[in-house]
Amino acid sequence: MRTLAALHSFLAFAASSLTDRSIRWPTWPEWQRVLLLQDYNTRVVMLGTMLLGLAAGMVGSFTLLRRRALMGDALSHATLPGVGLAFLIAPSLGLAEKSLPVLLTGAALSGIAGVIAILYVRNLTRLKEDAALGIVLSVFFGAGIAILSIAQQSVGHSAGLESFIYGKPASMIESDRLLIGCSGVLTLLIMGVLFKELTLLCFDEGFAKSRGYPVLLLDLVLMGLVVIVTIIGLQAVGLVLMIALLVIPAAASRFWTQNLKQMILISAAIGGAGGFLGAAMSALFRNLPAGAMIVLVCSSLFFISMMFGTERGVVVRALRRRDLNRSVDHQHLLRGMFELQESRGPKAGIPFSELQTLRSWSSHRLLKEIERCRRKGLVFRNSDQKLCLTSSGLVEASRLVHEHRLWELYLITHADVAPGRVDQSADAIEHVLEPELIAQLEELLLQKRRVQGIAPSPHPVDATEHAS
Amino acid sequence: MSGSITQASDSTLPLSVRDLTVAWYRKPVIWDVGLDVSPGQLVGVIGPNGAGKSTFLKAIMDLVPRASGRIEIFGQSYKRSRHRVGYVPQRESVDWDFPVSVLDVVTMGLYGKIGWCMPVRRKHREAAQQALERVGIGEFANRQISQLSGGQQQRTFLARALVQDADLYLMDEPFAAVDAATEKAIVQILREMKQAGKTTIVIHHDLHTVPEYFDSVVLLNMRVVASGPTETVFTRDNLEKTYGGRLTLLDEATEAMRRRERTL
Repeated sequence: MRTLAALHSFLAFAASSLTDRSIRWPTWPEWQRVLLLQDYNTRVVMLGTMLLGLAAGMVGSFTLLRRRALMGDALSHATLPGVGLAFLIAPSLGLAEKSLPVLLTGAALSGIAGVIAILYVRNLTRLKEDAALGIVLSVFFGAGIAILSIAQQSVGHSAGLESFIYGKPASMIESDRLLIGCSGVLTLLIMGVLFKELTLLCFDEGFAKSRGYPVLLLDLVLMGLVVIVTIIGLQAVGLVLMIALLVIPAAASRFWTQNLKQMILISAAIGGAGGFLGAAMSALFRNLPAGAMIVLVCSSLFFISMMFGTERGVVVRALRRRDLNRSVDHQHLLRGMFELQESRGPKAGIPFSELQTLRSWSSHRLLKEIERCRRKGLVFRNSDQKLCLTSSGLVEASRLVHEHRLWELYLITHADVAPGRVDQSADAIEHVLEPELIAQLEELLLQKRRVQGIAPSPHPVDATEHAS
Repeated sequence: MSGSITQASDSTLPLSVRDLTVAWYRKPVIWDVGLDVSPGQLVGVIGPNGAGKSTFLKAIMDLVPRASGRIEIFGQSYKRSRHRVGYVPQRESVDWDFPVSVLDVVTMGLYGKIGWCMPVRRKHREAAQQALERVGIGEFANRQISQLSGGQQQRTFLARALVQDADLYLMDEPFAAVDAATEKAIVQILREMKQAGKTTIVIHHDLHTVPEYFDSVVLLNMRVVASGPTETVFTRDNLEKTYGGRLTLLDEATEAMRRRERTL
């Protein structure tokens, strides 16, 4: 399906540049005119696609969480036969064949028929949803292309119908923007009113059913929202790339937040920005198809989110991993030094080479960690360049050693039930385990010491007493 | 329903199941299950994998279509007595990466009370917070659910059911893969619920703990092999009938039963 969309976008590009191949860089006044919304037509188009992006971003959040993201794709492809049929039938009903309401009504009806077909195929056969989506999408789209060819042959001026496939925001007029605006407000209202019901539906369908929520009806409402957004988006983005506005903003917003309301807002913002900037780009580069431009802007925003998203972005995660590695090094160094000093006495310095053989770390990594600990005042080099713990280093090290031993005991006594709870990077064991459990472990540690006759710590600061 | 002529409904009986058969694509999952559960009982449902235990719970709540049978909850259909039933689904049934907080999940248990289209108010959040305190994870209220451990996830689900203040609770493997502390906490809550007169039906896997936890058991393997008080029903003989040759744990189960007899 991805490759199909890519092929479509390539075709769109190829088709529009057949007549006039010149793509030139816009002049500065042109940039100014577009970005400052000075030109009336461009303003209508840009604000219209922005509203569309906002609505699609919001609705897309829920469909993404409901794992129905591709349903939007099937739905938008399924609108094509409706457009063609509406165009053919309209004159016989005494309506203008290219009147937008007629075409969009046709689109909506056949889109809904597509969704029903998917549900039908899925529920009545044992086919999985992806197969059902693939069948319905291709059959409807194929039928749509055929009907469009008929329309082109039988009726004179069917030119312009292709804009529903690839999108042509430039054809948008004031009333279209009004339509998009109203639909956007409508989706916002429906989502606001049904926020908790839709959340429950997406999170836990089984529980929702058991509480008596009509899951099918809620799903239909959600699909209805997708229908609305898709229909109003046909003109601007085109049915082939409409899915991008439904999926990309929502997926991008997941990198920024873990909160559903914020996710919806961020998704709307990304969709809105994508629509606005995409329309601006297509106004500046007249020969590049608008739908493709909007998608490209959206995917740039997605890429930025994926890299720099504050919650799950690649950079943030790399930083977190680095912090984790450092904290592991930190513990290894201090614990290693503590244990060596425990057997040799507090004054004995430890040569670097010995520390290096203690763990499988590179000398570079070890040196860096020593430097960090030195800056924090936890270790120092004595006169023969050997490493010693400072008094605060000793306190910290004894705490770490103590905690490590408690964790070890926990693993010995509780490994069968919950090894997953072991979290050595946590600040303190009591943040993870219950107080009763820790008391139990402390008791065990004391017992072990007594039984095995481990000598008490030679240091002035006793590990157990300090940490407990 | 009241129009039934076969038998007068008993509105004190938390659960009454007659001739329940559920089938997936013509292959029966449970057949002819009949069962009465009296009030204030803590009931364990036990059986091998694929015995239809989850399907049984789901059929009680009309979540799966039933081929035949009648189910009454406090003498009424599930549809009418839904507000008196609390459900704890299997932990794996949802995506724990969903962008909501622990408190959000617990308030979902109150959505029925709050009503369609109405916002969640402070008193609802307070009730949810109390339920979280009760299961011992009050301090996690504002955490994202993706950060919870398995035991904490299970406690969250339990809190979501508790906040409903139902009379009959149906729990699908609440003890599956939880840590010892969580297991203890859940058992404690189950006992408190029993004392408060609530009826709880729990799908359970660990035969060791059956005699310790449950007043009565239902041994299920597509059909009800036996059901009744743990002392009389949880026997080697019945377990063999339920598990067939698969049961290597049998001796341990008998051992557990003996332990219980000694302590009584």
